[in-house]
Amino acid sequence: MRAPHRIIAIALGLALGLAARPATGSDLRDLFFGEALYRAFQGQYFDALQRLDTELAQYHRLDEPELDTLHYHINNAEFSVGDFELNYRMHQRAGRAIKAVLEGAVDEAVRNEAAFRLARIHFQKDQLDDAQNALGRIHGAVPAQIRDDVEFLRANIDMATGRPGDAVKVLQQVHSDESLTGFVAYNLGMALFQDGRAREAIEQLDKAGQLPAADGAGLAIRDKSNLVLGSMLFESGDFERAKQSLDRVRLEGPFSNQALLRAGWAGASAQQYDRALVPWNILVEREPTDGAVQEAMLAVPHAYASLNLHGRAAITYGRALELFSKQIERVDASIGSIREGHFLKALIREESRQDETWVIRLRSLPDAPETYYLMELMASHDFQTALHNYLDLEDLQSRLMAWKTSLDAFDDIIQLRGQNYEPLLPEVDAQFRELDSRMRLRREQRKHLSERLQAILTAPRPDYLATAEERIAGERIALIEKQLGDSDNPESLPLRQRAAHLRGAITWRLETEYQERLTAAHVHLNELNAQVDALTRQYDAFVKTRQAAAHSYVGYDVQISRLRERVGEALQRVDMLMARQGHMIETVAINQLEARRGRLVAQQTEARFGVADSYDRAARAQSGAEGR
Amino acid sequence: MTIRNRITNTRPIEQLILAARAFVFALLLCLGSVHGWAQQNDQRQMRGLDEQVQEIKSDALSIAAELNRLEEKLLYPSGTQVAIFIALAKGEQMRLDAVRLQIDGHLVAHYIYSFKELEALRKGGVQRIYVGNVATGDHQLEVLVDGKLEGGADFSRTERFTLRKEVKPKLVGLTLAGSGNTPIALGEW
Repeated sequence: MRAPHRIIAIALGLALGLAARPATGSDLRDLFFGEALYRAFQGQYFDALQRLDTELAQYHRLDEPELDTLHYHINNAEFSVGDFELNYRMHQRAGRAIKAVLEGAVDEAVRNEAAFRLARIHFQKDQLDDAQNALGRIHGAVPAQIRDDVEFLRANIDMATGRPGDAVKVLQQVHSDESLTGFVAYNLGMALFQDGRAREAIEQLDKAGQLPAADGAGLAIRDKSNLVLGSMLFESGDFERAKQSLDRVRLEGPFSNQALLRAGWAGASAQQYDRALVPWNILVEREPTDGAVQEAMLAVPHAYASLNLHGRAAITYGRALELFSKQIERVDASIGSIREGHFLKALIREESRQDETWVIRLRSLPDAPETYYLMELMASHDFQTALHNYLDLEDLQSRLMAWKTSLDAFDDIIQLRGQNYEPLLPEVDAQFRELDSRMRLRREQRKHLSERLQAILTAPRPDYLATAEERIAGERIALIEKQLGDSDNPESLPLRQRAAHLRGAITWRLETEYQERLTAAHVHLNELNAQVDALTRQYDAFVKTRQAAAHSYVGYDVQISRLRERVGEALQRVDMLMARQGHMIETVAINQLEARRGRLVAQQTEARFGVADSYDRAARAQSGAEGR
Repeated sequence: MTIRNRITNTRPIEQLILAARAFVFALLLCLGSVHGWAQQNDQRQMRGLDEQVQEIKSDALSIAAELNRLEEKLLYPSGTQVAIFIALAKGEQMRLDAVRLQIDGHLVAHYIYSFKELEALRKGGVQRIYVGNVATGDHQLEVLVDGKLEGGADFSRTERFTLRKEVKPKLVGLTLAGSGNTPIALGEW
């Protein structure tokens, strides 16, 4: 990344971080999308992604997705998945997710927002041409809430690609809300400077350095504007104005040390050493590991010497010498500590990850000398990426180990369920088969009755509606009639007449009560239907329960063994990547410390000679005075 | 800032100032860069590692999805699954301290909220507080909510609902509101 690009990227990162809007959960219609948001709002992006990936996959598999509750939030969900991936530092997947939105059938405003998000990812990954192409896809209506962000990003890309003149034109048109004002003003100043318009750049930074700011980021960018402005004025030899600008930098802000150092140099450059000593003397009381403080430790005696106060110079050189010696010991201890693996342990300490400023708070942790001198390094983008990757890998490692344990537990559950069900099921199945055949028989009977009733609606058959008693009576009459036969025996005749009379009585009853009986038969059949339906429900419930019993322990072996294999492989890769990532972090930290050590040694040498020289000069001055 | 050759203070101040200016110019060009880190080789290696880390994250998410499906099938089959969610009403500023759930008289969840969780609920997140199994049919759900209202008054409510569990999974959303007529509203999905 080119240096100016880096400046812009830092500003942009801050600005976009502020401008980022959470995916809203208001008027929520889909509980699982709400759950993904709940996780994301707590910074648990892995869990959020896990939930939302599952929901989106299910949604896209549906034949009628518009009937699903996620349909109400689908655009938001597609964006959110990209946001979560970005926050989980999965830029490749985030880019793919947003491209999918861009290429889908969405309305203009949604497509433009997707194009903006894609451009932002490319810009953050230093892929400037791709970022520009993505911005080029924005046409027509741009949602009001991102309009300024789009233009701000466009200007940053212009600057990063060496077209500061275009960036100036864009930034001059941006009238942003409060959150972006300071960044726009600062970047406009930098664009003017890059465009060779130094005078305008100074005036612009002067404005940026006096803007009202309400929050930490606004105050920081204002301080930075003043620091850069002071540096430019110092460079152009305007020391008085440089000092005024540097004095505007807050004493407690992140740029305060550099501002104090340079304010001192502005005074010294104007030969006003007594004025230079004011900021430098404040600075030397600050955190001794800071580069600006160490620089001031040498600048202070130098100013005293320039004021011919050689005794004071000798004392302050002595203090500097003592400080450098201590700091060299500290750096050596830090290097040793890193080599013993304590740095990585300190970085993954739970308490150091509780809030956003944990990198700064690391310094105050006990037993973490390895973090001295590394604050600047640790605040850099690349180091943060490496460190977050290391922390993510550590998190994945614990997840994978937990999953491994879960798979073992699943095996136990399956085994126990098998032990429980296997002896019971054969008997249950046998009983069920018997009940099943009885149920089938009854169902057949019911069906037969229903068909008969249906048939007699068109061809009346009163005999079908005879009671059991009538049927038996009819059969007995038929038997009697058979026994009487056709004989002309006079004794038989009255008997046959009586039998015919009885049959007539039954027929009479059947014929006269036919309608009533038919209605009653239908009522009874309907009553039977209710019973049969209840029986069918019970039957179905049993079948489901029986299936659930089998499904609770049968058919998992292949899936579990495949998952176990995948978890094992992933764990191996995570271990390997953690070792490489950790080694990389340690190496870079040691390189940084060794560079700082080299500088401290040079400063120590300077201080040592400074002490001797100052004593020498003080002695000569004293003997000169005595001689006079 | 590197100021070389400052061995004695016989060196004119102009030299120091020149060195300071050189630094200032460097600052204008590369404020925020870190010496030692920017080595291209390190950066290349770091980016290579970053890509591999992204790949393993992707794999882990895919394993997690499969594991979730397995877990759901094995532990919470659809025929018996019931899941209960907690949400805060839109704009609700009540400080939610705890929620306790009983199904058919049995305590199934008792959750105490951290600041982060409460903030996530206020922003519109929904918490899955309980997932378990119940038989088909009617069940009694008792919800007890403890918290503090915006003005500092204690808030404690208990509501009872009847849930009908059918063959499909049962999803129940409880929306809590310190103000209004319905402190605990039940929604079914």
